[in-house]
Amino acid sequence: MVASLLKRDLARFLPGTASGGTMLPLLFFLAVAMLYPFAIGPNPTLLAATGGGVIWVAALLAAILPLDRLLASDMHEGFFDQWALRGISEEVVVAVRLLAHWLSFGPFIMLAALPASALVGIDGETLRIVELGLLAGTPGLAAIGIIIAAITVGLRSGGAALSGLLVIPLAVPLLIFGAGALSTGGDGGLALTAAISLLLVAIAPFAGGAAIRAAREG
Amino acid sequence: MEPFRLAASDLACRRGDRLLFARLSLSLENGEALQVAGANGIGKSSLMRILAGLARPFEGTVERSGMIGLLDERPALDNDQPLGKALSFWTRLDGEAPPMTQLGLAGLEDVPVRYLSTGQRKRAALARLIGQQASIWLLDEPLNGLDVDAVKLCEELVRRHCDAGGIAVIASHQPFNLKHMHTLSLAEFAL
Repeated sequence: MVASLLKRDLARFLPGTASGGTMLPLLFFLAVAMLYPFAIGPNPTLLAATGGGVIWVAALLAAILPLDRLLASDMHEGFFDQWALRGISEEVVVAVRLLAHWLSFGPFIMLAALPASALVGIDGETLRIVELGLLAGTPGLAAIGIIIAAITVGLRSGGAALSGLLVIPLAVPLLIFGAGALSTGGDGGLALTAAISLLLVAIAPFAGGAAIRAAREG
Repeated sequence: MEPFRLAASDLACRRGDRLLFARLSLSLENGEALQVAGANGIGKSSLMRILAGLARPFEGTVERSGMIGLLDERPALDNDQPLGKALSFWTRLDGEAPPMTQLGLAGLEDVPVRYLSTGQRKRAALARLIGQQASIWLLDEPLNGLDVDAVKLCEELVRRHCDAGGIAVIASHQPFNLKHMHTLSLAEFAL
């Protein structure tokens, strides 16, 4: 059952698969990294000092883009009802969806961070910390995204913009420790990022499942 | 034959500030079918969702023994997938492949679900329902969008389901031809 759910989710969310729009978060991420030097100007010191942070902000914004497709369409098209009738709990569906959501943007953002690092001109050591930070932080970003998507699942209109707005404050701790590791250079920030991520990943299926049930019975 | 049962006692349903119906009781055993009749907006769909356990009644209890199969206006099939793939997702969960030819869906396996007509979507939803092999069928407006032949087919499927010992509840404002079917007029319980 978990395998069937994961297979369907990956077919819908992995970049370049059937439904359009799956590549957009990645392109958006690269576009932000490309625009940044134009806006700041060609000052190598300034770019190298701020580039890692920009990659983090771009990753956060790219994680917001797929939120409206994450759960709402399954709710409106009756999938959650059919799963409930078959005794498949919302928690299982949300946990599988969280995994699929992360797989379809986390590793790809980390890959895209390579060309992005060249665009914003950061050095190898900074890139290493950015990549480790993204590895530790993107599961948490995915978890925040799925919780917010579940909470806004019943909204007919304006859900996309509202969920984006709600994700940003919740993502601040991840950003502080993940991007903060760049300036301190220590592993402490990365460890804290990973800890916050793990906590969010552990909470997400239960918070998301409860939100979906509330939306259905309401 | 396993004993299946669907019973509700003293149901009341509230939508917003309005009580739609109250003091509604019903009891169905193996092989029985019930048509819930009533005008638009009287609460047929709400009753079906309460019977399915997807919505909580304002008052009263529902007792079910047997798996519930629900057919409503949403087919729960992926719009951008070909019909064959969209149905095979449910086949993998339910374990039974639906009879495509019998439902007039043969040859449509490669057509994306979003290109199907209303009637074809309904047939596809029926295919999903049959594949589920549920013992209690809750059909919410099953005849909407179906042509004359498909209406007969749908009635025939429900008849066979009941002959095999299943329970069926049909919410419809259209006549549904089925022998020995009980009728429940929701207007009698409206407030």
